[in-house]
Amino acid sequence: MLLLRTVLHLAALLALPPLLLGVVNRTKSIFAGRVGPPLLQPYLDLAKLLRKGAVYSRTTTWVFRAGPIVGLAAVASAGLLLSMGGAPAALSFAGDFVLFAYLLGLARFATALAALDTGSAFEGMGAAREVTFASLAEPALFLCLLVLARATGTLSLSGMLGPALPGAWGSAGPALLLAAIAVFVIALAENSRIPVDDPNTHLELTMIHEVMVLDHGGPDLAFILYGASLKLFLFGAILSRLVLGRGDGALASEALFFLGVLCFAVGVGVVESVMARLRIVRVPQLLVGASVLSVFALVLLLR
Amino acid sequence: MTGPIHDVRPRASDLLETWNGEAVDARAVPVHPVSRFRAIVLEALAGGGRLAALFGRPAEGRVLLTAVLADDPEGRLALLSTLVDGAYPALSAEVPAAQGFERELAEQYGVRPEGHPWLKPLRFEPPLRPVRDAFGRRDPRATIPGEYPFFAVEGEEVHEVAVGPVHAGIIEPGHFRFQCHGEQVFHLEIVLGYQHRGVEPLLQGGPDRRSLALAESIAGDTSVGHGLAYVKALESLAGRPPPARAMALRGVALELERLANHVGDLGALAGDVGFLPTASYCGALRAEFLNATAELCGNRFGRGLLVPGGVRHDLGAAEAQAIAARVRGAWEKSRRAAGLFFESPSVRARLEGTGAVSRETALALGLVGPAARASGVDRDVRRDHAFGIFRFVHVPVVTADTGDVFARAWIRLLEGERSAAFVASQLENLPEGGARDPLGPLAPGSLVVSMVEGWRGEIAHVAVTDEAGRLARYKVKDPSFHNWFGLAMALRDGQISDFPLCNKSFNLSYAGHDL
Repeated sequence: MLLLRTVLHLAALLALPPLLLGVVNRTKSIFAGRVGPPLLQPYLDLAKLLRKGAVYSRTTTWVFRAGPIVGLAAVASAGLLLSMGGAPAALSFAGDFVLFAYLLGLARFATALAALDTGSAFEGMGAAREVTFASLAEPALFLCLLVLARATGTLSLSGMLGPALPGAWGSAGPALLLAAIAVFVIALAENSRIPVDDPNTHLELTMIHEVMVLDHGGPDLAFILYGASLKLFLFGAILSRLVLGRGDGALASEALFFLGVLCFAVGVGVVESVMARLRIVRVPQLLVGASVLSVFALVLLLR
Repeated sequence: MTGPIHDVRPRASDLLETWNGEAVDARAVPVHPVSRFRAIVLEALAGGGRLAALFGRPAEGRVLLTAVLADDPEGRLALLSTLVDGAYPALSAEVPAAQGFERELAEQYGVRPEGHPWLKPLRFEPPLRPVRDAFGRRDPRATIPGEYPFFAVEGEEVHEVAVGPVHAGIIEPGHFRFQCHGEQVFHLEIVLGYQHRGVEPLLQGGPDRRSLALAESIAGDTSVGHGLAYVKALESLAGRPPPARAMALRGVALELERLANHVGDLGALAGDVGFLPTASYCGALRAEFLNATAELCGNRFGRGLLVPGGVRHDLGAAEAQAIAARVRGAWEKSRRAAGLFFESPSVRARLEGTGAVSRETALALGLVGPAARASGVDRDVRRDHAFGIFRFVHVPVVTADTGDVFARAWIRLLEGERSAAFVASQLENLPEGGARDPLGPLAPGSLVVSMVEGWRGEIAHVAVTDEAGRLARYKVKDPSFHNWFGLAMALRDGQISDFPLCNKSFNLSYAGHDL
């Protein structure tokens, strides 16, 4: 049964992420009074990009070509460490949450290097912004994971998001709630969504993440887009389990888990529909705010 | 020009006073020696006057400069001229608002303004007569826009970002060069000229069958504004004001153009800050105003409505009522969509304090239109130099005082409110009578300044006829001509990530600048 669930989760990890983007876009279009693109449009876009050839500037090196591949591989590996719906992850060991965070970091590092490799002023600017904000988002993520570790008394992601989590809500509810809010803010920042970044803008000077990948095309761009949707799925999975995690039976917890991930996508879409972007100088304040929330959560647990 | 321009007798007055849309004898414009000309202009500007236009035309192998000074509170214009050759002391050294005009003169006629603080080509147009290049370029005809030494900042961690001339969106070409320290902008240099078509020379020798269409396409989103300035100039030269009904319909078209653009701009601003609801509503509502214009004349941008002597399409009473109702309804929806925008705390946090232009800067640069009014500069041609229907019906002028993106957005909402009320009330009470009178021949040897408040601000056309009553010189000044520098100043010490938003809040015309 556990093996079956693990296989199901791996299949979901690989297949579902683009659907989340479709849900986000559909939510936004409903708010805007438009029909919007089909839910499965992101899959079609990926298929289109994979069929295309790629153009490489003569000024770039292998670093530029390695960026998308390393980025996707790192995010997908991080997915192997993540427990979904309360079942243990495919790969789990004490302290694996550090590897999880740094696999995400590696993906960002590869993307930023590829951006710098182009030598374009835009991409350098985007890389600078991305790593600046990441240096603020990373501590916040670690603090949230620490809260989970402390609340559940385990040091692996499978334990933190495993069967001990529902019980922890009883003893450490307020702390987990604060951590969940912080994770949501971090998820918006890490996935370059409004209010931190605008994934739909065409204005290079305001972009953070998008401007780093302007020079990628074809399959490389498909890897990047797919990797980005995987990352969104990972954060959705953490939040879904954190907020909706109830331990009554495998089927119920699975159903709740996938419902939660869907709700996460809708939530992201709602935030994007009712909020304007922050000025870039205000983004660090938001991320520091997320860190402060998780510090409070930790203080609540440690007192 | 013909006539002995250099034969100047002493005159009682230093200036020839006129007003918006009054044809005067071109030879009656006093011609002063350069130093006297400069002193009079500087004195007038120091006394609260404004340089509405400064242009040249060839005369006796030299260049006859004519300045149009505007006294906004009194609604008067004043003209004076001087003859220059080769070089003259620049006005821009004292009056920053003259910088564009003097660069234009240097480019068109090879007249070098000595002491100009920013003597660079304006739009990289070939000179209008064979001259020695004022910028020291080897061949002024071979230049491409942006081929000149850029202003550069040097130092540790200073970097340069170049944007354009080809942009990510479907917009006009222009080159922007930022000197930055991290995210902070030290300086923004804007290079235009990619859209230069030579509108002024094309209009000269006319009017002919192309002229009106040319005037309407000076700036595609200001067809009615530029078209109106042109037909108004011709009517003044012919001495035939249009019938009252035509005046009212022209006013309606001008305000519909303002409404469509202001509503579209509010939507675009919402799109730039990622605020979806207003972005999509206003994008759709803009079309309502364009469609109303189409019902007026058959074209969504108002092309083909205006004709010298009146308007080409008259409206039946029922049609006018229907359009009035439609505009009222569309404005009601627009106001609600904009309300959503302005009431959202995240939007206000994004707009307030971004890209502020002080009142002093706005006055020094001679900004016009909503950009000037957002900085507290109370100036509007519809009131100050009233023309057509606006001599009889007053549209209240709206100002703000913060000069930031918020103020420029807010001004658009308030102006839209006044314009929608004006359009509806005019359509419901159209004057009786014909909508078009025949236009007679143009008066020979005359000069007229024709100003219109387009949706971006003051449009000034100056027409000069020769002895045969043909257009010998036609000068066009689009509001963007002054306002581009306002954008550069709005970015100074700002954030480079705020540029797209600031740019949208000005929403200037590339074609109108480049002519």
